[in-house]
Amino acid sequence: MELLFATAIGLLTAAGIYLVLRLRSFPVIIGISLLTYAVNLFIFGAGRLAINLPPVLRKGVETYTDPLPQALVLTAIVISFGMTAVVVMLALGAYLSGREDCVNMDEGTAPGQENEA
Amino acid sequence: MNHWIIAPVVLPAVLAAVLTLTMRHHPPLQRVFSLAGVVAMLAVALGLTLHAATGTIEVYELGNWPAPFGIVLVLDRLSALMVLLTAVLAGLVLLYAVGSGWDQRGKNFHPLFQFQLMGIFGAFLTGDAFNLFVFFEVLLIASYGLMIHAGGVRRLKAGVQYVIYNLLGSTLFLFALGTLYAVTGTLNMADLAVRAAEIPVEDSALLRVGAMLLFLVFAIKAALLPLHFWLPETYAEAPAPVAALFAIMTKVGAYAILRMYTLVFGPDLGATAELIDQMMIYTALITLAVGMIGILGAKRLGRLAAFAAIGSMGTLLIAIAGFRPETTAAAIYYMLHSALAGALLFLVVDLVRERRGDMGGALRPGPRMAQHGLISALFFGAAIATAGMPPLSGFIGKLLVLDAVRDMPEVWLIWTVVLATSLVAILGLSQAGSAVFWKPAPAPDDAPQAAPAAQPALPLVAVCAMLGVIVALSVFAGPMMGYIDATAAQLHAPDGYVAAVLGTN
Repeated sequence: MELLFATAIGLLTAAGIYLVLRLRSFPVIIGISLLTYAVNLFIFGAGRLAINLPPVLRKGVETYTDPLPQALVLTAIVISFGMTAVVVMLALGAYLSGREDCVNMDEGTAPGQENEA
Repeated sequence: MNHWIIAPVVLPAVLAAVLTLTMRHHPPLQRVFSLAGVVAMLAVALGLTLHAATGTIEVYELGNWPAPFGIVLVLDRLSALMVLLTAVLAGLVLLYAVGSGWDQRGKNFHPLFQFQLMGIFGAFLTGDAFNLFVFFEVLLIASYGLMIHAGGVRRLKAGVQYVIYNLLGSTLFLFALGTLYAVTGTLNMADLAVRAAEIPVEDSALLRVGAMLLFLVFAIKAALLPLHFWLPETYAEAPAPVAALFAIMTKVGAYAILRMYTLVFGPDLGATAELIDQMMIYTALITLAVGMIGILGAKRLGRLAAFAAIGSMGTLLIAIAGFRPETTAAAIYYMLHSALAGALLFLVVDLVRERRGDMGGALRPGPRMAQHGLISALFFGAAIATAGMPPLSGFIGKLLVLDAVRDMPEVWLIWTVVLATSLVAILGLSQAGSAVFWKPAPAPDDAPQAAPAAQPALPLVAVCAMLGVIVALSVFAGPMMGYIDATAAQLHAPDGYVAAVLGTN
């Protein structure tokens, strides 16, 4: 299981990084999403992989799985979800106003945009 | 338990919600409440700093759960000083935003501003690494909104870049935290310090990976070369008051490096000793050089100010990289100066842009602007502060840094680079100043210039006050250094911090 888990994280990260380097806003956003999936799994794995064990201490429970990473993952998921929504809105706004979805900016300004203020 | 510690976090959070929900359609009311809130935060920050000046380390346990099980906020000299700096900066920047009308050029400026303050205050006060991540996200998500305030094609594009860069940084932060948790089983900073010291050096590979990843995250925030690419475009395109507030954001990165690498991965920790020091000195030197050369090469005032911010981060990070009490003290003084001077430069640049109309920040002669003499004097002041010339605090800060690195092996290299880049900065700034102010081009005949619209006075008051704070920082450098030396001593004796948080004293 460890091997499967680690491979999944590795694949997600690799695919995420590849997509982020594409410099088009849609692939970049998908890439960031994949990276956040990878990191969520990674944090989950930081508490060690355990099967069929309760995360809460109770009387009679000898072994248990670490509940803290699960809480951390929950926080990370919520945050990354919100951030993805923000970046989608922003990229959409930039695309609709600029009519192109390249992430990198050209040097220098078009004559009409002299005023940077 | 002193409940005032959490006030800098709760006050802006509540205020932002109130501003959004009840006064969305009442701009004057929003302004009044926002300003009043910042004044209240300034008072709280002053109180906290006075309290921290006694040398006690105050711990606030959220929900009364003892550390390391609960999240703690910790008030020591450094965090109190940073909170005070943020409050001062925020007050003046907000005054400028209100006075210049920037806050009304888009929606929800004031609530976003307050959320941003909440994140920054939280990041300075927290004693928990995961909580630090959460506060980073709070300040970032507010900054995304502020960055694209008032819209515009280039600003939106720069905003997308900024957001993507920082999202990647956040992902890296989570990887770092996951690694550290896997190794130590805790994310409370004081507890991390204890556990990290217990790990035998030969088993510490993962710990080193975690420490390195964490450093990368903070280096992105602090715009350390080669992770600075987000900064120039963001700062140059952001609305001026926002760029001025962002001057504190790079300092959050510097603060986090200072905190983590004195407390958790301190110079005494065998596993991570000399992991980053060397690399950090050289990258910081290059950061400084690139920033100052960027000033010389900039074609627009906005980019000039952005590169000045990078350059001053270079000097600051050189001082931090020393990781000894005297260099840390110099770094803290320079950090205060650099935040204020960076913000001042952005605000003055905006004064120029507002007055030059279509010329904007282009570095070429234009017709005389309104209040030509006063604005050029202010630019002169900001340039002196930025370049580190006497008599302002930049000079004292650089002198302190140069003096503090005397015992380091790289002393000659550091002195050469710092002095040479100062010269380059002076050159670049005087070039820009003379292009913009010295010889105004005659107004074109075919387009008779209407009498310049009356300029509001409040922005000038805010800028002069900012300059006044910098002057005060220079005049009272002696007494300030008393506090700062004690701060550095406190940072380099982390046992007190650990004992206070874990309650083992």
